[in-house]
Amino acid sequence: MAERTAVLGVGQTKYQTTRGDVSLPGLVREAAYRALEDAEVGWDDIDAVVVGKAPDFFEGVMQPELFLAEALGAVGKPLLRVHTAGSVGGSTAVVAASLVQAGIHRRVLTLGFEKQSESNATWALSLPQPFSVSINAGAGGYFSPIIRQYMARTNAPELIGCMVAFKDRQHALLNPYAHLQQKELTFDQVVESPMLWEPIRFSETCPSSDGACALVLGDEAAGDASPKPVAWLHGAALRSEANNFPGRDEVNPQASRDCADDVFAQAGITDRRAEIDEVEIYVPFSWYEPMWLESLGFCEIGDGWKLVEEGATHLDGGDLPVNCSGGVLSSNPIGASGMIRFAEAALQVRGMAGDHQVDGARKAFGHAYGGGAQYYAMWIVGADKPTS
Amino acid sequence: MRDIAVVSVAQHQQKALTHTTEVELMVPIINEARGAVGLTQDDIGFTCSGSSDFLAGQAFSFVHTLDAVGAVPPISESHVEMDGAWALYESWVKLQIGGIDTALVYSYGKSSPGSLRDVLSTQLDPYYLGPLWPDAFAMAALQARIMLESGAVSEQRLAEIAVRSLNGAVDNPLSVRSSPDATIDSVLAEAPIADPLRPSDCAASADGGVAVVLAAGDRARELCERPAWIRGIDHRIDPHQPGVRDLTRAPSAHKAAVEAGAGNDRLDAAELAAPFTTQEHILEAELGLGSDTVVNASGGALAGHTMMAAGLMRIADAARQIHDGRADRVLGHAASGLFLQQNLVCVMEGE
Repeated sequence: MAERTAVLGVGQTKYQTTRGDVSLPGLVREAAYRALEDAEVGWDDIDAVVVGKAPDFFEGVMQPELFLAEALGAVGKPLLRVHTAGSVGGSTAVVAASLVQAGIHRRVLTLGFEKQSESNATWALSLPQPFSVSINAGAGGYFSPIIRQYMARTNAPELIGCMVAFKDRQHALLNPYAHLQQKELTFDQVVESPMLWEPIRFSETCPSSDGACALVLGDEAAGDASPKPVAWLHGAALRSEANNFPGRDEVNPQASRDCADDVFAQAGITDRRAEIDEVEIYVPFSWYEPMWLESLGFCEIGDGWKLVEEGATHLDGGDLPVNCSGGVLSSNPIGASGMIRFAEAALQVRGMAGDHQVDGARKAFGHAYGGGAQYYAMWIVGADKPTS
Repeated sequence: MRDIAVVSVAQHQQKALTHTTEVELMVPIINEARGAVGLTQDDIGFTCSGSSDFLAGQAFSFVHTLDAVGAVPPISESHVEMDGAWALYESWVKLQIGGIDTALVYSYGKSSPGSLRDVLSTQLDPYYLGPLWPDAFAMAALQARIMLESGAVSEQRLAEIAVRSLNGAVDNPLSVRSSPDATIDSVLAEAPIADPLRPSDCAASADGGVAVVLAAGDRARELCERPAWIRGIDHRIDPHQPGVRDLTRAPSAHKAAVEAGAGNDRLDAAELAAPFTTQEHILEAELGLGSDTVVNASGGALAGHTMMAAGLMRIADAARQIHDGRADRVLGHAASGLFLQQNLVCVMEGE
């Protein structure tokens, strides 16, 4: 029987291309400190620290959590470092939550970060390997054929991706932490921006950001004692599948479907679209919004693009608002991006999402994926304590 | 707390696996660990691994190694950028939550394509220490000098530890450095490699991998005649900056041992993942090991140090002593970072 677990505090840095004003310790400290402040707890109240980030090549430091131990207030405590590809921010929060669920710790600080300005992500992802040929395509080149396959299967109109991108950039204007703040952007400009990897335009891709996101998680007693509203964990799940095997559906991978089935079952949710009030899904390329909506069971297969087209995923008037924070399309410090999704879901059900708050949100869904769409981390948080 | 046990272990280690990929390395090891207790991946509730992108020279390197597990259909899985001992800890936590009864843990490292002592320079604080590019032996030599000059240890004692490893490793087919004839005099006669450290003071770098199967309660008893029950497991971290450390101590090792209950009863054996004799000396004191505990019967990490797997290998070596009835209560240890910055202690018992 798992101990009930709550998100007590959330801390984020401003996401931007280069945080030249802070060192790596300064960056993580900023997010961690804000999470502690939000939770109204001190460093001494934290029993363990769980850190996640994407490849160490992004900053050029091997296992940087070791030298960050002091900045993270981890000295004398357990410190874990998670790395599960792009899903890492989500996986890290799930691992941190498991320390509370298992009854081992009362309060855990978890943090995801990336300081991508220290390096060049495309270089870091394309190191030559002996005896293998690199396609040197980067993530966009990898995912664009999968998106084209989605379009072929569903006959989705060509500009659905642009609609997602425009919507998320509008949402970002309501989130002071979001990296891209394109107040003058028009839909026509999104459509007219250069084509990078057909069908992905420049405007339909995520930025490269510096930033960190932190959460303070606590057990039931800590949640009950919290002076501010908390987000109760209703379900958390991880799934991974191999990159290549016969019959693999890259558009709608089984690991994604299995992970969603697991987390919704834990939360006792049967009508996913009706019962979830806000969705934070990992959308690094615009088309992944309708693709994941289908895979996650928020609609029938083939209908994801229709939700986009009819405005269902828009904060303003949609019944299933998606990425009200602006999403990965507006801020992408890779190692933190998954945790930002989980954090934003928590802020929504705490009623603390500011200008991008969904009125009356009671349950929200956080999602991250990584690798060649192989790694999944998901959680569901609610304003109310789970009954079981 | 649920009773969780190590029920199966498998490992391989050699000086250099020049023509073997990480996947090719891990397939037989994982198959052996699962197969020995009659499990396939479908029977595993949670899978967790530990490895380093910097060793592999590739971002997301563990994604490829997942092929060695056979993640079809999809599995509940995670990865730590740490020694596999911490992957074991994460799996132990998952088993504590319940809902699953088994877990597969594995880790691996291939240091031979590069120079590990130089690669480890990138582990240093990148603002103040990293730009000086001190290599791992040079840093360890600073510590050794402080220990010798403060009287915290003698050259004689360091040589004794080296001889213990060299002699003990003779019967360990996975060791990469052993000598039945090594003596304190022969070690003291070696020319220093990083003054005052001699070659036998520094762990012999190796390539290898290890896999461990964990099981809970009666499931463990079904799978294994004599499960190695995890009675305590804990890990702690110290500061990174050498200037704020007493380099003759490792407080995080002491705290982890206390939290894991290492001193609650007599320990028959301990397997320590110290990459230098100096650090093995510190650990014996911090972990409170007495003269009635056999330390590093396998030769320990000094006799073969597979970066990212050395700790999980020690836990596997210690667990095996429970499995085959050689010991009733054992300690497995893992370390990470500069000067034993981070330590994990796993205490296991037979029933």
